[in-house]
Amino acid sequence: MTLNILIPAALGYVVFLFVIASLAERRAESLRASGRKPRFLRSPLIYTLSLSVYCTAWTFYGAVGYAARSGLEFVTIYLGPTLVFVGWWWLLRKLVRIGKAQRVTSIADLISSRYGKSNAVGVIVTILAVVATTPYIALQLQSIALAFGAFAADQPLAPRQLALWVAVGLALFTILFGTRNLDANEQHHGVVTAIAVEAVVKLVALLAVGIWVVWGLADGPADIMARISEAERPEWEIQPGRWLGLTFLAGVAVMTLPRMFQVLVVENADESHVGVASWAFPLYLMAMSLFVLPIAVAGLTYLPPGMNPDLFVLTLPHALGQDALAMLAFLGGFSAATSMVIVAALALATMVSNHIVVPLWLSTRRRAPWPVPEAGDMRGLVLNARRLSIGVILGLGYLYFAVSGGSRALAAIGLISFAGMAQVFPALMGALYWRGASRLGAVAGLVVGALAWLYTLFLPSFGPGVMMSADLMAQGPLGINWLRPHALFGVEGMDPLLHALFWSLALNAVAFIAGSLLSFPSPVERVQSAQFVNVFDYSRGEDRPSARGWSREAAENEAEDLLAMSQRILGGADAQGFFQAEARAQGKGGFLPDPTPDFLDRLERELAGSVGAATGHAMIAQIVGGRLVTVDDLMAVASETAQIMEHSAQLEAKSEELARTARQLREANEMLQKLSVQKDSFLSQISHELRTPMTSIRAFSEILMDDEVSPDEISRYARIIHDESIRLTRLLDDLLDLSVLEHGQVNLDIQSERLSVLLDRALMASNSVQPQRVFTIRRQTVDEDIALRTDIGRLTQVFINVLSNARKYCDATQPEIRITTRQRGGRVTVEFVDNGSGIPKKSQMLIFEKFARLTDTHQAGGAGLGLAICREIMQNLGGEIAYLPGQGGAAFRVSFPAVLQARPSRAAR
Amino acid sequence: MPSYWLPCASLPGYDRPMKAPRAPLFLERKTYRRRRLMDAARILPVVGLVMILLPVLWSSSEGGIGTAGETVYLFVLWIGLILAAGLLSRPLRAALRRETTPPAAEAGGDRDGVS
Repeated sequence: MTLNILIPAALGYVVFLFVIASLAERRAESLRASGRKPRFLRSPLIYTLSLSVYCTAWTFYGAVGYAARSGLEFVTIYLGPTLVFVGWWWLLRKLVRIGKAQRVTSIADLISSRYGKSNAVGVIVTILAVVATTPYIALQLQSIALAFGAFAADQPLAPRQLALWVAVGLALFTILFGTRNLDANEQHHGVVTAIAVEAVVKLVALLAVGIWVVWGLADGPADIMARISEAERPEWEIQPGRWLGLTFLAGVAVMTLPRMFQVLVVENADESHVGVASWAFPLYLMAMSLFVLPIAVAGLTYLPPGMNPDLFVLTLPHALGQDALAMLAFLGGFSAATSMVIVAALALATMVSNHIVVPLWLSTRRRAPWPVPEAGDMRGLVLNARRLSIGVILGLGYLYFAVSGGSRALAAIGLISFAGMAQVFPALMGALYWRGASRLGAVAGLVVGALAWLYTLFLPSFGPGVMMSADLMAQGPLGINWLRPHALFGVEGMDPLLHALFWSLALNAVAFIAGSLLSFPSPVERVQSAQFVNVFDYSRGEDRPSARGWSREAAENEAEDLLAMSQRILGGADAQGFFQAEARAQGKGGFLPDPTPDFLDRLERELAGSVGAATGHAMIAQIVGGRLVTVDDLMAVASETAQIMEHSAQLEAKSEELARTARQLREANEMLQKLSVQKDSFLSQISHELRTPMTSIRAFSEILMDDEVSPDEISRYARIIHDESIRLTRLLDDLLDLSVLEHGQVNLDIQSERLSVLLDRALMASNSVQPQRVFTIRRQTVDEDIALRTDIGRLTQVFINVLSNARKYCDATQPEIRITTRQRGGRVTVEFVDNGSGIPKKSQMLIFEKFARLTDTHQAGGAGLGLAICREIMQNLGGEIAYLPGQGGAAFRVSFPAVLQARPSRAAR
Repeated sequence: MPSYWLPCASLPGYDRPMKAPRAPLFLERKTYRRRRLMDAARILPVVGLVMILLPVLWSSSEGGIGTAGETVYLFVLWIGLILAAGLLSRPLRAALRRETTPPAAEAGGDRDGVS
């Protein structure tokens, strides 16, 4: 078999893949156009098969070589992932759920999103991934070059040149299918389908060779077992450290390798597919590993010693004349290599463009106003960035291959990659399970781990003298013994891989934990940590708390700019469709929904699916400009709000106080107005009361001045004038009296007397009022025997006034007055009750006011000051006078202390 | 002062106390089965790991069963793990679907377990 057959076969295989991929793309496209989901293309079967991208040329060629060198150890590379998948309920379920909830586009995106959408973290993971994947890609190129070389041993063939062409070809294929469009979900139907087909091809090829070995060369399984025992070498014995370490490393790698994350999380269409893959993928791995040891043993038996064991799969059938089988094996190996390169390049390109190229481009744009009309299609930029990245990544892979010489065991190269990507593991676990994991810790862990890995494994992997001088390798830097790359801190005699794995992960974890414990996460980080760690607590859908929070302030005029930008990323039709649907959901027509916070959140998530969380956020931020509200802003606003609330609480207290004062003022004002009215009415009353007698005095004195007045008329008029003057005098006396009493300037004449005497005197005196009426007086004279020591005269005046009133106003035909006396605790109460009709309720309050006369008659000749004076007197005597309602007639109660304590007068107070 | 839209529910922990009146302490038979199934799914990889590490202990003693014997053991174990995972997968996927489709029905799906 010559290159004349091999190269067309390889090219033909690539064309076949190309057709499969474009058919799948077209089918997905037409299904999407008709509004259906590509059911088969997104089935659990395709998902599981696409996961087989884990099995690369390393598995296809390298596993046999590995088995030939180290016996059973190769299975650890597949047992680790088996455990991870079998335990999907622990980890993968959560990983996939978070990946879907956060619209994660790559492992770098996941880590950056979790640690506060920090692009710095994304950049670190991206660089680490590129560096770590480079040897892996080199491994694939090397395997293809080796395969060609194995067939054409007799022909002059430069493996490097060949590898270069393979690299270019794969770059083209990846660019064609991986960057055809910018899908909102970062899913590539064409590529995934092609990968699934390749999975079948490599499995069939390996199984075919294995079956031929077991049943063709040997006599069935029993014979093979015997041959294995025969071929057993001392190196085959299981080394406990490596066994455990590699199982762990492979289990970690199946999640953290960029290409595995791509197919496992990003390309996942349905969470339940992970459930199917939990047994189907281990089954695939088991099938891939099943014949590895038999093929290795057969190679050791049948092939001359000195052949590269990595190529047994190919050289065994070739040497034994099975050209068709050898061809199939070649295609299987080719497909294993191509699928890995394609997916890895795609995943890395996504990371590079989202975390390095686009942020750089955005930062150069920052000064320019965003929607520059002539600025090219954003999609074009992103896609071109990816195309370029794919080229660069494959170029790096080729470079590694060229520099390292392409002669080392495949498995050893692959493990370097694994160990490099394993540095993401602590940060990933922290992201999923530890709320306290912080950005600083993640950065510290990643950087320390990556440096340790570079120093102990990656750089030495080129061999002494290439990247690191032989001196440094043997003696340590500057001769510091305990810093030797293969014996760090004096740990000697350990397997170099285990040594590197141990130190890099240990230092990584320590830095990560210490950094997390010592730092305080930003608000965005804290929100994101809750969303990641508690992802199962939040139901799916829109009620998920958002770490973003867009302000309503954005809701002006920006919809158009947003649409313009989204079109550049999502594509015209998709973006317009999205905007139209949003507008309709808001009850609006047209393409421009109100940029509500909800809408902005959804749009950001949509964009994040294409360009990553950090970039999507930044892009919307550019349009919404300074009015974007970050969580930090929200916190600031919240504390501002708290302050405002405090202020308003204070204001409220103050305003309450003000209201209270105002109420008091209003009351005072009302009082003043009432007083003013009282004063006015008092004055008018006074003038009226004074004018009436004055008028008659003037009139009669004028008559007297007339000469024609008879003497008896003179005496009559003089009497009237006299009476009126007496009345005036009495009125003025009363007024004076009242004024004196009111101002407390009265001098009390304290004397001792018995109450009964007082009452006798009062009754006697009041008899002069309306003497024609005969009143029945009812008294309990026994009760009245109370010794008093008070101003007897004033008290008598009160009694007289009350009794006179009763005589004046009692309208009963058989009038009677009942006088009841009580003494209780030094306080005397005297009640005067008549049997008249009493005082109407509405007037009861008025009777003690000045000039309050219930009837406008002049009958008593009083000025209406009597009861007012009584009230003042009683107050001066430390007692009171009150109207007693409900006694059958007018009833007054006078109460006062039996012995008046000498006390300062009111004025003195 | 601009009028900010403050999504109260978006502050972490804000809606936790109100939401989901604590998961019940005791469950009906079907739910109980489902929970134990999840426990089994969690234990499976641990059992697998221990059994994968067993050959390490054998080989340390002289006169082990050899690479051939270990191969048989490992592949039988592997098939056993695949079968167990396959058996668990169907009811677990059903549980997963139940958990995800009606958001309210199964809030806090695995609170009863070690999560």
